[in-house]
Amino acid sequence: MREMLIILFSAILVDNFVLSRFLGICPFLGVSKNVKTAMGMSMAVIIVMVIASALTWPVQAYLLSPLNLGYLQTGVFIVIIAALVQIIETFLKKAIPSLYKALGIYLPLITTNCAVLGVTILNVDQNYTFFESVFNAAGAGLGFMLALFLFSGVRSKVDRADIPKFMKGLPITLVSAGLVSISFFGFKGLIEKLFS
Amino acid sequence: MSPRRKTLMQEFNKGLLRENPVLRLLLGTCPTLAVTTTVKNGIGMGLAATFVLIGSNLMISMLRKVIPDKVRIPAYITVIAGFVSIVQMLIQAYLPDLNKSLGIFIPLITVNCIILARAEMFANKNPILPSVIDGLGMGIGFTSALVLMGGIREIIGNGTFFDMPLPVLQAGGWIEPTIIMILPPGGFFVFGVLIAFANYLSEKLDKRDKSQIDPLADSCVGAINEKAACAMCGACSIGTRFREEEGFKDKSGHQPEVK
Repeated sequence: MREMLIILFSAILVDNFVLSRFLGICPFLGVSKNVKTAMGMSMAVIIVMVIASALTWPVQAYLLSPLNLGYLQTGVFIVIIAALVQIIETFLKKAIPSLYKALGIYLPLITTNCAVLGVTILNVDQNYTFFESVFNAAGAGLGFMLALFLFSGVRSKVDRADIPKFMKGLPITLVSAGLVSISFFGFKGLIEKLFS
Repeated sequence: MSPRRKTLMQEFNKGLLRENPVLRLLLGTCPTLAVTTTVKNGIGMGLAATFVLIGSNLMISMLRKVIPDKVRIPAYITVIAGFVSIVQMLIQAYLPDLNKSLGIFIPLITVNCIILARAEMFANKNPILPSVIDGLGMGIGFTSALVLMGGIREIIGNGTFFDMPLPVLQAGGWIEPTIIMILPPGGFFVFGVLIAFANYLSEKLDKRDKSQIDPLADSCVGAINEKAACAMCGACSIGTRFREEEGFKDKSGHQPEVK
């Protein structure tokens, strides 16, 4: 259990997917304009990441690795993710329309979110067990949510600042993302202290 | 297809600055930020993506009448994933060092927005030769942006260029290396400033000749700049559904008052 917690917290804080691994920058910049859309997107990402990790792990462990088909990994994983997103979308539309209304618009964008494919490939690279993979995915998703939440607050301030003409829009957003990223350096060493 | 045919040279040129995928269309931000700690990584990533871009543009242009419209995005992704696997195996076999430093970002070329966006915006409406040229131009535009970023970050952050130490920038020289530039925040800073500079340059160029601007790409750049949103594979490519969402986001996002 201790290992699981270490994986979870390092994925959220130390190796934050957005701010230190640079995965999922597009949605990070795209939907962080206000807190509500940021939270909707993050919820959808967390759900897809966890299920995708739970699905790709057995495929890698029982199909690709024993048959020496490692080179098919990228193709197989992206097809699994695309199918999964489609299934979740259809299921939500029929079964839980209220949730679909909240998350539905984000779902088609998740297939091409590199954080989702990234987390499934990282799980394989790190030789995680099934439960470790799921915890890593949950941590990655929560870390994404935390980064988006913090950053949407920063952006609402930046929007009202007086900014030079050519820095307006994306450039100033990126520079402020850099500052938020610096703040996450504060968590370096946290895991060793917390679990030693 | 656009009513006026452009020459192949124009297809090639547009990727370099006017429609530079990274600096103007803001596609493929993740690898741009992540791998550009050195020039070498930038070149490696750029060339790998260029290969995939040319291959997938060629393949999709050949298959453009065969792929049904409804399943085109999954079909494109599958084609792209095939080429990515080829690149990945080649790099693993011949350039193990590069494989180590690019790591997870090689398989992630699959979901690189540039490639899907070119497939959707260009290769599925144009014949084979222009598509290949477009892929080549875009790939070189991507590579040059990565090299530019890698160069700036490597020189300021590490005091080296292409692994050669620059004595004036080493410890004890005129300026000490600023480590932050090769850490994640430096990526954000350099990229932000470069985009601001590209906006400035492109405004200057646009004033000179308004006639040559591709209306689609221009509206696309306008839309992206206006909303400061990444193309998200693309604001321009996934289509109406995304546009609706953009509209929705814009309405809710532009309220100045904070609760």
